[in-house]
Amino acid sequence: MNTTTQSLKAETRNLNFFYNGGNHAVKNVSMPLYENKITALIGPSGCGKSTFLRCFNRMHDLYPGNKYEGQIVMHPDNTNILEQGVDAIEVRMRISMVFQKPNPFPKSIYENVAYGLRVRGENNKRMLDDKVEEALKGAAIWNEVKDRLQDLAFNLSGGQQQRLCIARALATEPEIMLFDEPTSALDPIATANIEELMSELKNKLTILVVTHNMQQAARVSDYTAYMYLGEMMEYGDTDTIFTRPTRKETEDYITGKFG
Amino acid sequence: MSSEHIYKQYDNELEAVRAKVLEMGSLVEQQIVDALESLVSHDTKLAETVIKRDHMVNALEVQIDEDCSYIIARRQPAAGDLRIILMMIKTITDLERIGDEAAKIARFSQKTIETDRMWKPRFAEIKLMATLAREMLHMSLDAFARSDATKVLPIAQMDEQVDEQYQTTIRQLITFMLEDPRTISMSLEVLFVSKAIERIGDHAKNISEYVVYMVKGKDVRHISMEEMEEVAKQP
Repeated sequence: MNTTTQSLKAETRNLNFFYNGGNHAVKNVSMPLYENKITALIGPSGCGKSTFLRCFNRMHDLYPGNKYEGQIVMHPDNTNILEQGVDAIEVRMRISMVFQKPNPFPKSIYENVAYGLRVRGENNKRMLDDKVEEALKGAAIWNEVKDRLQDLAFNLSGGQQQRLCIARALATEPEIMLFDEPTSALDPIATANIEELMSELKNKLTILVVTHNMQQAARVSDYTAYMYLGEMMEYGDTDTIFTRPTRKETEDYITGKFG
Repeated sequence: MSSEHIYKQYDNELEAVRAKVLEMGSLVEQQIVDALESLVSHDTKLAETVIKRDHMVNALEVQIDEDCSYIIARRQPAAGDLRIILMMIKTITDLERIGDEAAKIARFSQKTIETDRMWKPRFAEIKLMATLAREMLHMSLDAFARSDATKVLPIAQMDEQVDEQYQTTIRQLITFMLEDPRTISMSLEVLFVSKAIERIGDHAKNISEYVVYMVKGKDVRHISMEEMEEVAKQP
């Protein structure tokens, strides 16, 4: 059901990634990321999908000895975010991330969301108030927290904490948002809320999501990529992947006959 | 659909397919009306239009099937959602066949006009049957649009009336053919048209049964009228 024209937001070109010690976790992956679309990465545990996702905000830089090869190019400015000299902090402002387990900071709800803005040097109280409200609204949690912004974030439920983390990621107005198993710690209703939120967020930004849950990929994504042993086995629009995949490996995985 | 899903997109997808099924339904209704009109008023142009338009009915069937397969693959519909999807997939098969019957009538109409063989006296009965069959289809689609199982109750009875009239027509045609063998080819044409109308009634009745399944979750095919009434009236 994708009929509108697509423009590229980012793409990987022959991306390889080696962990310290030589494990070749991502093998020569070239994949487009279309603007205002949700792309899902599926595949069995250890297939490299989370590793691939983390390349997008240079998470692997935090550990010495890891090595990237190839490019991740952002459009329209054509910046290769893996290039030496490109500041990882700047990359993370443009490409934010939401993790598997909600991980709010041990601060108030307000300060969690304001954090990224403060790092950026924003100290104007009124500006911060506005941005925090906007981000919380964008993450569909404003109505639940507006009367207790100074409460500790840990007092929220799991689903609320995850939406707070999304608000925190939204506050710096990223262009791409990465979700690493965003609902695997949540119950079905909280999951549905997050997924619905993702569908709304894609009007504003571009999303790349890693999920173990194939049904989640089927429900939320516009494009799906199947990864296995570090390789991109198949990439296509989600309707096609889930109704008539071209590769037998993909079919076996999505129909539960793998192995 | 009484309440909304958390996934608004899911609601939109279901609603879009539902709308397409209704669109296909009204197109097919129009096909029946025009096919019969071409027969009654000796309008070859109208018959031609009906025949040409049949591909639109077919295209909608293909589209709706595809949309449903995407929804199944992406949403794993359950309960009421599953029933509406199954119902729509089955309904469009019947609608497509009704479309074929209408095109068939239009082709007969063309042929009889060209050879100037249509037999006026038989029109009245055909028209009555056709009106009933069309009304059955209309009621089934209306019940589908409103998700109201009670609306389909008269349809089974109407189907019996159509069948009775079909039998009556056959008996009369046989009499004519026995009396005068020159009427055989004309009689056969009338018979084919009647048969097409009778089939339209059967398809409309099928659709009405799918509506009951969709709304009540009970399969009412191949059961008595009384049982069906009971199911449809359950709260």
